[in-house]
Amino acid sequence: MQGFTYHRPTSVADAVVLLQSEGASGIAGGMTLLPVMKHRLATPLALVDLSGIAALGGIEVDGETLTIGAMVRHVAVADSPVVAAAIPALAALAAGIGDPAVRNRGTIGGVLANADPSADYPAAVAGLGATIVTDRREIAAEAMFTGLFATVLAPGELIVAVKFPVPLAAAYAKFRSPASRYAIVGVFVARFAAGVRVAVTGARPSVFRVPEMEAALSARFDPAALAGIAIPPDGLNGDIHAEPAFRAHLVGVMAARAVAAAGSGAA
Amino acid sequence: MELKLNVNGRNIKADVPTEMLLVELLRERLGLTGTHIGCDTSQCGACVVHVDGVSVKSCTMLAVAAEGTRVVSIEGLSGPGGGNALHPMQVAFHENHGLQCGFCTPGMIMSAIDFAGRHTAPTEAEVRHWLEGNMCRCTGYQNIVASILAGTAAIHAETSTSSMEAA
Repeated sequence: MQGFTYHRPTSVADAVVLLQSEGASGIAGGMTLLPVMKHRLATPLALVDLSGIAALGGIEVDGETLTIGAMVRHVAVADSPVVAAAIPALAALAAGIGDPAVRNRGTIGGVLANADPSADYPAAVAGLGATIVTDRREIAAEAMFTGLFATVLAPGELIVAVKFPVPLAAAYAKFRSPASRYAIVGVFVARFAAGVRVAVTGARPSVFRVPEMEAALSARFDPAALAGIAIPPDGLNGDIHAEPAFRAHLVGVMAARAVAAAGSGAA
Repeated sequence: MELKLNVNGRNIKADVPTEMLLVELLRERLGLTGTHIGCDTSQCGACVVHVDGVSVKSCTMLAVAAEGTRVVSIEGLSGPGGGNALHPMQVAFHENHGLQCGFCTPGMIMSAIDFAGRHTAPTEAEVRHWLEGNMCRCTGYQNIVASILAGTAAIHAETSTSSMEAA
């Protein structure tokens, strides 16, 4: 790894100032950034370690909104009784990220800023219609992800927290890579009074929703309602793990599994 | 960069480059070569140590990020004064033949102790799920799983005995 200046600020304001310097990058859990730096695919001149900022922590429910601080680690979401009571599907999703040592370091804010096409959290953000709170604005889930490892975050913009609307029921089903535990395809399904949302990760350069499935499930929340809805393989990701046609098939299978899990009350 | 932390009960002060990894600090500066580097890509788990009581992959944590923490590596498990007394989890690996070449064992044991702290009566499936971040290329895991079940039981038996004594 190439050398860099290291900062560990204790306030969001100080972090934002430090992030404005030339070549600066924030570091959350480092589970992606450090491997990327080892390969010299990223060579930041300064690292701003966000782990000392108390304001980026915390999990709380206020009415129908669950708020999770950007630096909350996956293990904390997985183990949180607050998350388990409000959105158990989110706790289960966090418990399935990577492996225990990775969950002890990785954070929700880091995952969202990195926007890996196979990451799990983007499915929950899009599926629940979450709001990304940054140091300067609020970003709707629909606007957040713009492509492969790309978001609308401006250079130096810092995610502070994520606000999730609490659904009536939800579940996440993923077909994971046995080696990396990343989603080859993951589908998050959430049922609200206003209708059902279906979000897919792993299948395209970034997370997307499936309007046909949402309409069918809003009319009838049952895996059988998905019968006949085919996802075209055009534009889907293909790699040694799964070609586009297989991923297209998996979207339907994972969606049906998620609906079944949510419908059985095991959301 | 100046760094202060506690490693295996010893207060350490070191001047390290910012890009130094925690595993490099342990192995190259402190001579604690029990922590292994298997893959350097946070897959294999041979480098797992405890930082403030939780298992982390020390190949994917900056040494400077460990400022002010308490780090325990495999060498810190033996009795006070560096005696030969084995930790109950080490005893379990010994008795159940939970290793062949031994390369992955330090990480396995550090992960297993974190596991034991979170599970009082685990199932085999829970052990196997936990081991997703620790690879062994020799054993096929069978005896490692048996070791962790036995070690977890031994740790909790010891805890309940000592709390009974305290009562």
